[in-house]
Amino acid sequence: MRIIGKVWKFGNHIDTDIIIPARYLNTSDPNELALHCMEDYVRDFVKKISPGDIIIAGDNFGCGSSREHAPIAIKEAGISCVIASSFARIFFRNAINIGLPIFESSEASLGVLQGDELEVFPEEGIIKNITQNRVFKTNPMPVFIQSIIASGGLVEYTKKEIERR
Amino acid sequence: MEKSITEKIIQSHCDKKELRRGELIKAKVDFAFANDITGPLAISVFNEIGSKEVFDRNKITLIADHFTPNKDIKSAEQTKILKEFSIAQNLNYYYELGQVGIEHALLPEKGLVLPGQLIIGADSHTPTSGALGALAIGVGSTDLGVTMATGEVWLKVPESMKFIYGGKLNRWVGGKDLILYTISKIGVDGANYRVMEFAGEVIKNLSMDNRFTMCNMAIEAGAKSGIIEADEITEKYLHEKTEKKYTILKSDPDAEYEKVIEIDVTDIEPQVAFPHLPENSKGISEVKDILIDQSVIGSCTNGRIEDLRIAAEILKNNKVNKRVRLIIIPATQQIYLEALEEGLLKIFIESGAVVSPPTCGPCLGGHMGVLAKGERAVSTTNRNFVGRMGHPESEIYLAGPAIAAASAITGKISSPEEVI
Repeated sequence: MRIIGKVWKFGNHIDTDIIIPARYLNTSDPNELALHCMEDYVRDFVKKISPGDIIIAGDNFGCGSSREHAPIAIKEAGISCVIASSFARIFFRNAINIGLPIFESSEASLGVLQGDELEVFPEEGIIKNITQNRVFKTNPMPVFIQSIIASGGLVEYTKKEIERR
Repeated sequence: MEKSITEKIIQSHCDKKELRRGELIKAKVDFAFANDITGPLAISVFNEIGSKEVFDRNKITLIADHFTPNKDIKSAEQTKILKEFSIAQNLNYYYELGQVGIEHALLPEKGLVLPGQLIIGADSHTPTSGALGALAIGVGSTDLGVTMATGEVWLKVPESMKFIYGGKLNRWVGGKDLILYTISKIGVDGANYRVMEFAGEVIKNLSMDNRFTMCNMAIEAGAKSGIIEADEITEKYLHEKTEKKYTILKSDPDAEYEKVIEIDVTDIEPQVAFPHLPENSKGISEVKDILIDQSVIGSCTNGRIEDLRIAAEILKNNKVNKRVRLIIIPATQQIYLEALEEGLLKIFIESGAVVSPPTCGPCLGGHMGVLAKGERAVSTTNRNFVGRMGHPESEIYLAGPAIAAASAITGKISSPEEVI
């Protein structure tokens, strides 16, 4: 598997109220949530992105609330993966659980510019910056988390676990 | 090996003999809950897994507190999902409007969360119950849906940071000021993935309401949870609320911490966190001429009876400034009733405040006090992110109830000393 997309660059401490403002949380419909992803931060973000585009951020991406609506809005808007120096812990869990690919890499976070084209190899943990001809490594995910990702999220993983019992 | 309270709680909830920090384990959950935002998604997950029955009908509750009383048709549909599921699953604890309150105030008040427990909540402020000496961890909806089905959760065994508070608290300085000050020292990701254990002489003498406020905001430093060992104050609090048995666990004297931070509270003033991060905290003496349009006293952080008593002490025989809306929100019906019986509500209404039914409401810009473009609020809530209370160009200054009440009177962010 590989992911190819254009970069949308964000700063540190991008909180869940930026990702999906609470005024839209009276629904959990993924399509509706996706319409408002990042709208208070980048005007018309969802209209501007193309399917497969990649979010790059600094420290503590997804801090704040536990709303799973945040990774859902990102995934449903067509973003293929999020790469950040670090993630807030609940966002980290939620992204893994719903199958939104995320990667931790401070090097990539610093070494990538808005609009750069990236090629990401999740299994190998390699991020290629095609535009700048540079290569970065991501921090490998623990085996247990890899098995959740390989199952396609926590729901599928749990179904298999229950069957096995 | 010597262990922290957090490690002891995790150990007692999984079948491993020895735990390594950083290790991923599955643990058994004592209590699980979600709200009207996270609950409907969790129920979808529960159904998707193919589960027919929850793991234990006495260990789950779904609390409609964020957009209640239902603010529009969509939010009414969300709470209806919670109600129908609670009835269909015959959940022992279900609170309809009139009984319901803000989840993190309601659960301890009803005696549903106890020392030594492992608690999972689909809400980031779940660590509030850590003030009882429990390990209370916030998760998302998928996690919660799986826990409702299996009674288990996957966890990383965390590192802990110990915060030891010593010295003498100044007048008007409470749990809110201590936690804002602490977050300003370590930053909004200063405790990411770790548990913040609060200890020291100051904490030993702190009331339960102030302890809840501190643990509540551990998440604002990125923490997995906040925790305070149960003691006589905890036991007295619980004695009035439940007859259930519980186990008190304490950290070993030589338990290892990733960091130990000692804080002398003697010089800490009442704090104000400037937009747009909770780490931007300053002492009130450094705050000059910030005019406000709204003051909010409430939320899972500061909507308890002691908070309301402080507000009333300051508002008594004073009037809310003409250009300010003061919104006071008791966190539960029980707190509302106590405020009524103690005469606090009369003081609030005579001062020109409005008293709202229990709801998270304005804290997340939901309803009951949303800000317009360019407006500014001082608030006892927990987050001052961009657009959190309404328009993306509005501003929130976080503080404790004393500053929020005083500022409502003067119309600018003020020390209680200015009005009392």
